Amino acid sequence: MTDTSLNASGAAVGRSGRVALWLRRLPRTVAPVVTVVAALIALWYVACIPMNAQESLLAAERAGAEVTPATAAERRGVGGVSLAIANPAAALSGALGQERPRLPAPHQIVAELWQTTAGHLDGCGLAEEERDRLVIPLPFLPGDPVSGEARAISTPIDEDCADIFTSRRSLVFHAGLTLAPTLLGFAIGSALGILLAVGIVHSRVMDLSVMPWAIASQTIPILAIAPMIIVVFNSVGIQGLLPKSIISAYLSFFPVTVGMVKGLRAPSPADLDLMRTWNASGLRTLISLRLPTSLPYLFASLKVAIAAALVGAIIGELPTGAVRGLGARLLAGSYYGQTIQIWSALFGAAIVAALLVATLSMIERATLKQMGLQR
Amino acid sequence: MTTISAQSLDLTFQTADGPVHALRDVSLNVAPGEFVSFIGPSGCGKTTFLRCVAALETPTGGTLQVNGMTPDEARRARAYGYVFQAAGLYPWRTIGKNVSLPLEIMGYDRAERIERMHRVLELVELDQFANKYPWQLSGGMQQRASIARALAFDADILLMDEPFGALDEIVRDRLNEELLDLWARTQKTILFVTHSIPEAVYLSTKIVVMSPRPGRITDVIDSPLPRDRPLDIRDTPEFLEIAHRVREGLREGMEAA
Repeated sequence: MTDTSLNASGAAVGRSGRVALWLRRLPRTVAPVVTVVAALIALWYVACIPMNAQESLLAAERAGAEVTPATAAERRGVGGVSLAIANPAAALSGALGQERPRLPAPHQIVAELWQTTAGHLDGCGLAEEERDRLVIPLPFLPGDPVSGEARAISTPIDEDCADIFTSRRSLVFHAGLTLAPTLLGFAIGSALGILLAVGIVHSRVMDLSVMPWAIASQTIPILAIAPMIIVVFNSVGIQGLLPKSIISAYLSFFPVTVGMVKGLRAPSPADLDLMRTWNASGLRTLISLRLPTSLPYLFASLKVAIAAALVGAIIGELPTGAVRGLGARLLAGSYYGQTIQIWSALFGAAIVAALLVATLSMIERATLKQMGLQR
Repeated sequence: MTTISAQSLDLTFQTADGPVHALRDVSLNVAPGEFVSFIGPSGCGKTTFLRCVAALETPTGGTLQVNGMTPDEARRARAYGYVFQAAGLYPWRTIGKNVSLPLEIMGYDRAERIERMHRVLELVELDQFANKYPWQLSGGMQQRASIARALAFDADILLMDEPFGALDEIVRDRLNEELLDLWARTQKTILFVTHSIPEAVYLSTKIVVMSPRPGRITDVIDSPLPRDRPLDIRDTPEFLEIAHRVREGLREGMEAA
């Protein structure tokens, strides 16, 4: 297995030659990606100008500049594009630096991402009253179940805010809190998905009865079912990790079931006949033939499932009025119009999803190579 | 004493286009230690007959006995090894592990599995390749490994469904020679499906000529050739005479249909 096959690219050259080959190929693989990303970012910057025109003109008007139409009330019904065309200078100068822009510019999101992950966290070493501004609010909190009074809408930030893993301003901290139910839900969902697929492949009754329900389960909007799951679990005293994981599992079992049903049925009729000539039991055929053959299908569905599990965990945070996690960041951001925070949380979620899928891809490549299913 | 005994076997598949008579009134007796080839055009039922013996298909009429049992009982008793046209080795197992898979399934212990695996790999001259993976072997070597796998558990019948059909002429010649050698040493009863007249005549003690629509036996030829056959026996008049008779049988079958 350690041999490089003769027709592999770079097989006939030494290590330095292989690096040189890779370097020579680099421009061809990287150039198209860079081009597309650059085009998207450019489009985004251009879009910021009309999207943020209302605020830009308001700021310009307050600064004493001439704008048309002259007052905010007159401008209300006018589209962003017309405003930007009528006042190009004002619209352009104010588009990219607003505190609460309708559409934040990419560099603002990157700065926020940097500040809330690797960079110095705001709030540390600030005066008490300044820190209050950064307090994470509790949105949509229902009234106190006993007294009926509204509960506190804010919670003090941690005293120890220097650490990016514990500070509530840290996106790493929130991503970690969302990651736990994601992974647990993914594990539960995958196990359930595989079990269902095994049942479906081996039992005609399950094939006819389970599949329609599995499909029906995915047609129900998860936003409708998530609060119910949270409430039902809460009523029996279970809170926190498990209910969120169940929502994750609910989303992630389905791709695994569908993929594995196909995978477990992938062995050729001749392979199955061979097992039959040895009088192998169904269990034996499952372990020695069906499961190994299904692995490429399993990995493909696991990659879909883990991304779905992350979405499930984020959605699981919304109806609880959670104060922590990526979902809470999204909700708090939208409640207070903190668009930069929303976008950075979105990008944070996308980065986490990409890392999870990339990890699975690495495991997939190593496993399939080891199994001789991919070379 | 017969190893395989078929009496007026019928097998009809019900398809959307109406019934297909895969086998009609097939009667055949095979004695222990015989090498029987089945030859005929596609659709003549030669593979179907083999699958009936292996209990992979169930005849719709007639009687079929394998080692004095029903085919399904014989399958449960692991009376036969089956070699398909595709080697069917699992890419995630080494050659050695592929060969010992049936032994694992049949519950042989580890020491015996290893001992038998080496013994049968030696029989097909693949002993040095036990730790290689299937994709590291040529097509001919893969097919030899699949024959070793069929031999591993001491079934006294070997069912071979065009095992060399996908190989080139040169490799096929060598494997034919090795198969005869193997047959002489192991004393197995071999049922062998083929498209090739020289292959059938060279290998067999009995040649069963079949023809399609409905699948039936048109001729059974007992070969007068000695058991010990060098490759150049194929140039002798006896060999050519049998080959001629097989060809005639095939032609008559096609004309009657």
